[in-house]
Amino acid sequence: MATNVGTERVKRGMAEMQKGGVIMDVINAEQAKIAEAAGACAVMALERVPSDIRAAGGVARMADPTIIEEVMKAVSIPVMAKCRIGHIVEARILESLGVDYIDESEVLTPADDKYHVDKRKFTVPFVCGARDLGEALRRIAEGASMIRTKGEPGTGNIIEAVKHQRMMQAKIREVQNMSTDELYAEAKNLGAPFELLLEVHNTGKLPVVNFAAGGVATPADAALMMELGSDGVFVGSGIFKSENPEKFARAVVQATTHYQDYELIGELSKGLGSPMKGIDLNTLRDEERMAVRGW
Amino acid sequence: MMKIGVVAVQGAFREHQRMLNQLGVDTIEIKRSQHLENLNGIVLPGGESTSIGKLMREYGLIEPIREMVQQGTPIFGTCAGMIVMAKTISSGEEPHLAVMDVTVSRNSFGRQKDSFEADLDMDVIGSTPFPAVFIRAPHIESVGENVRVLSRYQGRIVAVQEKHCLAISFHPELTDDSRIHQYFLEKIVQPSLQTVR
Repeated sequence: MATNVGTERVKRGMAEMQKGGVIMDVINAEQAKIAEAAGACAVMALERVPSDIRAAGGVARMADPTIIEEVMKAVSIPVMAKCRIGHIVEARILESLGVDYIDESEVLTPADDKYHVDKRKFTVPFVCGARDLGEALRRIAEGASMIRTKGEPGTGNIIEAVKHQRMMQAKIREVQNMSTDELYAEAKNLGAPFELLLEVHNTGKLPVVNFAAGGVATPADAALMMELGSDGVFVGSGIFKSENPEKFARAVVQATTHYQDYELIGELSKGLGSPMKGIDLNTLRDEERMAVRGW
Repeated sequence: MMKIGVVAVQGAFREHQRMLNQLGVDTIEIKRSQHLENLNGIVLPGGESTSIGKLMREYGLIEPIREMVQQGTPIFGTCAGMIVMAKTISSGEEPHLAVMDVTVSRNSFGRQKDSFEADLDMDVIGSTPFPAVFIRAPHIESVGENVRVLSRYQGRIVAVQEKHCLAISFHPELTDDSRIHQYFLEKIVQPSLQTVR
């Protein structure tokens, strides 16, 4: 019997199993256990959540492997971790630690201003952020097995994630109606490989799972992203920067599953305490925006 | 027309629906207990078993589904679905539906980097091997006397049947091979239509 690890189907399939679920940022074993108990389908092990990365400034790098190992020991659900954009060695370290998914993430300070990691060379699957269809298809061409919106991480402000998901969906609908000659030109305009664009044209969806991320702070935010066509939700600072993380985590998970049950989401939203504070994006300077990182 | 409910609280439930629809079967997503009416069978998809078990419990799906299965409603679980069906989980976790007399071991092939594809022999669906996709897959450690082992991979039990309950470690819904879904519909659901209702 032939056995194959790290195939495209196995890597993309792993993301398929995450669908309809919530992936939560955690910085230690205790938070990871809270996330698992709330029903999270995976956790992202970090040294700092995005809002603290924002506050700390300086260069943000891969987390200390001790933290990642601590989280991996604490829970039985999949553990993801972030490497800097283009940082091949951080990615290899994370793979050697045995993390289940790598996020080549704009939340960390990029290590390369031109190239992303060649993700096809890895056995472990990757998720990457994208603002629009062209960026998503470039990442998929490099081997990303899962896409998420970038949003604007660590702000607790959903507007950018909404914008990115809407742009993605609108463009997919547009591409579906294009003739082949238009698709050749569109591939050039989007900076995306023609074959992948053709696949989107034929199937009406991205070839990989597409999550929402960057600014989800409440159960209603999570449900909104599902309503807009996301396959699932990443919550970064939203859970553990809220007043009552246990309650928030459970409510976000349930709102994601039952995203069209508005009465229920109303119930879930009662007495949650205050969510993370959040930032009005107009007050962010251009160099403070993380979503523009990635090429 | 046959109607199959697919538990849709988390995981790859749409892929099961697509496959069942292609086989000419009507499907409904099960998120709450009111979705359990008039079903000829139930499918438990892959996903994260802890998330799925928790959400099923939280929304009152465990008891009614267990009762339906005990009264003869056919059920088919893949990967996490198999864990949800098992009477015993070897790590000591509280079992979920507990409708199948098996002991299941979670993530027993390793972490994601050890996930794999393999051609699997499974006689009940014919002699052509099945393209099996194993993702952080569980396996069955031991089975009760009424449980039939349908397939093993490297000595480990990865497909079992106990009367109208079918459970497998891998993901046919991620492939184009619908033979296991067909087996469930033709050999388990179809015969149950005459006997139960």
